[in-house]
Amino acid sequence: MKPPPFDYHAPRSVGEALETLADVGEHGKVLAGGQSLIPMLNMRLAAPGHLVDINRLTELATLDVEPGGVRVGALARHAQVERSEEVAAAQPLLRQALRLVAHPVIRNRGTVVGSLVHADPAAELPAVLAVLGGSVRLARPGTVRDVPAAGFFTGILESAAEPGELAVSAFFPLLPPRSGTAFREVARRHGDYALAGVAALVGLDDDLRITTARVACVSVGPAPVLVDVTEACGHRPPASADWASAARAVQERTAPEADIHATADYRRHLTGVLAQQALRDAAREALDA
Amino acid sequence: MNIAITLTVNGVVRQVEVPGRRLLSDCLRHDLGLTGTHVGCEHGVCGCCTVLLDGEPVRSCLTFAVTVDGHDITTVEGLAAPGGAMSPVQRAFAECHGLQCGFCTPGFLCTVTALLRDNPAPSEEEVLEGISGNLCRCTGYQNIVKSVHRAAEIMAEES
Ligand SMILES: Cc1cc2nc3c(=O)[nH]c(=O)nc-3n(C[C@H](O)[C@H](O)[C@H](O)COP(=O)(O)OP(=O)(O)OC[C@H]3O[C@@H](n4cnc5c(N)ncnc54)[C@H](O)[C@@H]3O)c2cc1C
Ligand code: FES
Ligand code: FES
Repeated sequence: MKPPPFDYHAPRSVGEALETLADVGEHGKVLAGGQSLIPMLNMRLAAPGHLVDINRLTELATLDVEPGGVRVGALARHAQVERSEEVAAAQPLLRQALRLVAHPVIRNRGTVVGSLVHADPAAELPAVLAVLGGSVRLARPGTVRDVPAAGFFTGILESAAEPGELAVSAFFPLLPPRSGTAFREVARRHGDYALAGVAALVGLDDDLRITTARVACVSVGPAPVLVDVTEACGHRPPASADWASAARAVQERTAPEADIHATADYRRHLTGVLAQQALRDAAREALDA
Repeated sequence: MNIAITLTVNGVVRQVEVPGRRLLSDCLRHDLGLTGTHVGCEHGVCGCCTVLLDGEPVRSCLTFAVTVDGHDITTVEGLAAPGGAMSPVQRAFAECHGLQCGFCTPGFLCTVTALLRDNPAPSEEEVLEGISGNLCRCTGYQNIVKSVHRAAEIMAEES
């Protein structure tokens, strides 16, 4: 298996990368960690005319904890984000999810932003961005726009990033006080893409009653399925919350498809079980927060 | 169109001209003649093509040679001491029968070398997580796990 030929571009600055991407337009692809793109090239599922390699743009290898959230630059690798204690303290869901992304060696190269743009319906990070209500910053020469998660994932392997645009960073908002997160999934083998997975966020008020509860589910639709279950949980303390009805509300919103790995019914079943587990875990974290 | 690149492979500066699409695995094997790096699946799943890029394990089948122009690569050929003495990880794999056919071994050796450098006394769970991205069709993994613990012991004894 060999990749098809392409013209290779190795810009030395973000400005140069944006100019090159604008020039090659729809014939161009960005090469970040290559952990999704190169398999697709090797299997000849993609044949871009031009590859714009951003691996020399060390100015994009940034990881900043800002007052409102964590900003992850386009060249920050999964492993760099996973290991950061500062990030784990500010937004624990990132590390919780990254530990489930592939294997350590893949995480040494793959990027968080690349995973978002790639928009695999089975990937963990799009669900993280969705449940937290984050955004992706897209640039082309002279313009920058921030696209909220709700509008970013447009279909299977499709995101709002248009040909000629470079995703320069992603923003993951901080948790409000008294809230917790969790990520639960089931995969055939450790490190595989999940058959089903659920990212959960639970927030409590000063009387420790649930005021926010939402989940984002993977592998049960073309994009992360975001479900607000605050009502279904019933504004009660976690100990007496109606997690089962919350899980049913989640299942009703999923539209899984069958493939060789699992039937649609099995995925829906898993999603209900995982939603309950993830919500309980997140509520426990919120009580400890 | 070929692109001239310079790689430092196992401490030796190598210059080579490759097309943009040349995978690092093929560059090492075909252009540089270092066939110790094995190629199994070419989509990142089996781990036998794992090499160290600036000391960190990466899949050479999911890396273009042109991307790593100017960087340091260590392959299985570079793990032994300059005189040829096997490294502690290599000796432990031999001693504990951590290999049978040897196809997966270069990838395991590179992965484990970096693992023990970062974590000289890993727990059972950390070993399993560390090698979770490498497949072996022969050993059943038990002896590979033993080899990793043994290598940690040898390194502790010799330090
Ligand atoms: C064996 C294996 C197992 C894996 N398991 C999982 C898993 O369980 N969960 C999971 O989530 N992922 C998994 N992955 C994928 C991995 O997380 C990838 O690293 C990630 O999906 C893509 O990131 P990348 O930086 O490698 O992007 P690339 O492969 O370089 O790019 C992917 C796509 O995004 C585009 N792109 C990348 N960066 C940008 C940018 N800054 N601007 C515009 N476009 C951009 C590219 O053009 C390409 O279309 C696995 C990969 C392998 C090889
Ligand atoms: S050949 Fe690279 S991971 Fe299998
Ligand atoms: S020893 Fe044969 S594949 Fe591992």
